[in-house]
Amino acid sequence: MNGEMSVIVRTITRFVYGLIVVFGFYVIMHGHLTPGGGFQGGAVVATAFALLIVAFGAAGLKGKLNDHLLQSLEEVGALAFLVLGFIGIGTAFFYNIIANSGAVFGSPTPIGPNPGFLNTGGTLPWMNWAVGLKVMTGLASVVLVMLVGAREEEET
Amino acid sequence: MKKAVVFSAFLFVAAFLILAGAQMRPFGAPTSPLMDDYFINHAQAEVSANNVVTSIVFDYRGFDTLGEATVLFSAVVGVLALFRKLREDER
Amino acid sequence: MMIGNFPYIVAMLLVAIGIYALLFKRNLIKLVIGISLVETGVNLFLVTLGYRTAGIAPIYTYAPNAKPMVLPTPQALTLTSIVIGLATTALLLSFVVFIYRHYGTLNVREIKELRG
Repeated sequence: MNGEMSVIVRTITRFVYGLIVVFGFYVIMHGHLTPGGGFQGGAVVATAFALLIVAFGAAGLKGKLNDHLLQSLEEVGALAFLVLGFIGIGTAFFYNIIANSGAVFGSPTPIGPNPGFLNTGGTLPWMNWAVGLKVMTGLASVVLVMLVGAREEEET
Repeated sequence: MKKAVVFSAFLFVAAFLILAGAQMRPFGAPTSPLMDDYFINHAQAEVSANNVVTSIVFDYRGFDTLGEATVLFSAVVGVLALFRKLREDER
Repeated sequence: MMIGNFPYIVAMLLVAIGIYALLFKRNLIKLVIGISLVETGVNLFLVTLGYRTAGIAPIYTYAPNAKPMVLPTPQALTLTSIVIGLATTALLLSFVVFIYRHYGTLNVREIKELRG
């Protein structure tokens, strides 16, 4: 027994997995324009990881998804968030120094209701990506470790 | 007997909570929204983002989010440490 | 006035149901469910506090003109609270898994009697 589910679940997982990941990245990327953000998009992508683990079993993903890589990526996300907070330390902690400066994501946004422009927001999109990376890898490693631990206990 | 005492205490607390909810200020009329009005009116000019909630989470109250990220990180590390310890014990 | 405050009463009912589960249930999984219910009630209460009559979400993308926006700060704090609740629930559930492995039961009474 290697923890795989039936062929129906595996086939539908192959179809849906990519769609869930793309939707999660969309939610992270448009976090400063539409409802959503790093936390929500990261949770959506972690759902895709959980679906993979449930459908294929932890043994089937042994070589493809190791928890050391996931934890390293989580620490990278946390450090990136901290560094982005320290960028504006000249004025204040978490000061948005990129906004309205003309750099990447730095063009000013029109006041009032508008269609939404992706190249605005200053440090907000960068922080969304950092927090999204942190949340998705953190939740995925929690799900992976909990399921693998429970399965090992059953077998022994 | 003990259960009856605990149940009456629970009834007291629940009645207090529900009466307090019924006696609160009317729904839909915040009492002092000065800070939130400032955020709503100035977020687009200062942070240049359309989503006011995101600009509060990551800019105006970024320190709060940093603490939250710390809590999330320590919870994940706690789960990983628990399961890893068991795995090494069994070998 | 009663009907107008109905959302507050619903949030408080959720908190009361969670406290009931915490006080009268002996199963550890049910205790975790009670803690999540209290969390959900508090989150609902926070979001409810920031509502304005006929308000829209505080997002300017394709927003209708000249409508009041609901208060954004309680929503931001609720976002924080939800993620913390998720992490705490994961930690609690892994503790429950370990307690079940060690004692072979989830009943709080029996765990107290076993003591070892």
